Amino acid sequence: MTTSTASTASTAPAAPGRVLPSGPLARVRWAVADSWTVTRRYLIHWVREPSYVVWGLMYPMVSVLLFGYVFGSAMVVPGGGDYREFLLPGLFGMTMMFGIGNTMMGVTTDADKGITDRFRAMPMARSAVVVGRSTADMINSVMDLVILILCGLIVGWRAHGTAGETLAAVGLLLLLRFAFIWVGIYLGLRAKNAETAGNFYALLFPLTMISNAFVAPEMMPGWLGAAAAWNPLSSTVAAIRELFGNPGLGGDSWIAQNALLMAVAWPLAIVALFLPLSVRRYRRARR
Amino acid sequence: MAPNGPAIVAEGLRKEYRQTRALEGFDLTVPEGSVCGLLGPNGAGKTTAVRILSTLLEFDGGRAEVAGFDVVRQAAQVRYRIGVTGQHAAVDEILTGRQNLEMFGRLYHLGAAGARRRADELLERFGLAGTAGKSVKHYSGGMRRRLDLAASLIMAPQVLFLDEPTTGLDPRGRIEVWEAVRSLVAEGTTVLLTTQYLDEADRLADRIVVLDKGRMIAEGSPDRLKSTIGGDQLDLVITDAAELDRAARVVAGVCGAEPETRPDTRGITAPVRHRAATLAATTLVEAVRALDEAGIAVEDIALRRPTLDEVFLRLTGHPAGPGEEAGPGGGRPDSGKRRAEPAGHRAEEETTAV
Repeated sequence: MTTSTASTASTAPAAPGRVLPSGPLARVRWAVADSWTVTRRYLIHWVREPSYVVWGLMYPMVSVLLFGYVFGSAMVVPGGGDYREFLLPGLFGMTMMFGIGNTMMGVTTDADKGITDRFRAMPMARSAVVVGRSTADMINSVMDLVILILCGLIVGWRAHGTAGETLAAVGLLLLLRFAFIWVGIYLGLRAKNAETAGNFYALLFPLTMISNAFVAPEMMPGWLGAAAAWNPLSSTVAAIRELFGNPGLGGDSWIAQNALLMAVAWPLAIVALFLPLSVRRYRRARR
Repeated sequence: MAPNGPAIVAEGLRKEYRQTRALEGFDLTVPEGSVCGLLGPNGAGKTTAVRILSTLLEFDGGRAEVAGFDVVRQAAQVRYRIGVTGQHAAVDEILTGRQNLEMFGRLYHLGAAGARRRADELLERFGLAGTAGKSVKHYSGGMRRRLDLAASLIMAPQVLFLDEPTTGLDPRGRIEVWEAVRSLVAEGTTVLLTTQYLDEADRLADRIVVLDKGRMIAEGSPDRLKSTIGGDQLDLVITDAAELDRAARVVAGVCGAEPETRPDTRGITAPVRHRAATLAATTLVEAVRALDEAGIAVEDIALRRPTLDEVFLRLTGHPAGPGEEAGPGGGRPDSGKRRAEPAGHRAEEETTAV
């Protein structure tokens, strides 16, 4: 045996391997290709296990029925209006936030099983795992949202704004989802195992309830109402109600008056905080 | 990399976690093409060492080179030349075996066609071609580990890290993994293996490094290490106490060493001079035959190999594990004859004898 390169040559794959990207352009091309490979992994998951996707979509559908018909009769919309018209934007926002659970579980399970470490020990773009994950989650969110909007239309919800306003509202929802993907990735990397991730998830439900999604904050005790008004979810929901032309606008507070601005500012602030944290955590992965 | 230069070099590696010091000046040199076994109890620092060397963990001091590249400054170069198989089968459960290997191949930038070709080669080689289209969740433990190993070998790495590769596998799965590792080594791959099992290190490693509390406390070939520790022992109990001396002489003839006799329990213990496992087993067979020919009735006979606990007791003077009890007499690694019989074993023998 001479050198190990010679001795392993018989089984070594052909030329393209072991080349490191030179220059920023090659680096970007690398990152895109690797991220797509990771995204593809999740798309294959959905094809191989469609039940996983179907169950995910059941949740928003059940919510529409549960909140729209079971609770709906007892709810009063501030300023008047149909409760289901008021409710659907809240459910849209809540579903976007709840997507965090999938992200977190997926990330934690990968770390727990050593798959994250395998990726980290490979010469792939360092951003690809998190970027690939978030891309797959965004595709999933679009499907969620389409189903939810269809359900809404069936139960009588309508978008009364222009096409542009409606698209802008959808964009705001996806922006919120995008922001919370990074929270999910970060918490997922921090959680020791799937159980811890499950506990984080349990906290999420009350967090979405303390918002304007189901009840107007003005009807809550003062401090709780303030907390609800400042919930990032509230800003998005208030903004899309405005864009969809649904009832339930209101509140005199600054935060309620600037819902559109905050529906952009909140998600951007969250991304600015959690994206670097996630990437750093992924690179170091101290577990 | 210089021809036949060391594949792995670590100098004075230090790593501290919040509470504990995982490595305290760990040195290691593994020559190219050899198999080095890192042996130690839980918490000795084995996994920490492997994670540092495979670019997964930042460390506090020292330096390390793998395949001739610095693990910190040239991490990407190192990653192209290593394979890592950890304590879990790090493969996607939902994807099929082939889809897993193709995904990892693409991430090594082999391209779609290259990744597919390489996946087929590896599936064939690891006997997974027949189940390549099934979800990994339907695989047995041994099959998962083989797939995991295959994923580590996509780039035909110069250095392969195996962190407790057979933990949690049944005996058949362990043998499957051992065979796969041996065939790789035959092709010249350098292997760093961590294990808690003495027999695993014995079967696979050219050289064993014993770690305790983040430091190397002993190293050498498995044979040398075992002779330091004391090697195998032949334990037997005969039926008739009057035959004890005669039996002892028969045993001495077979083992080539003076046995120790215990008249109260009709027990005889003799060290087995042979080193390799097969030869020790031969000694057992020979002893049974010789005693039978001499007309001595044997109640119980067994070959006993030193356990990892005994290795640590001997090398460190304290029992293996996190419990910090002072060992009897603080025995030096290479001091004297081996007398320390574990109490549990003796008690067991007594119950059989009575």
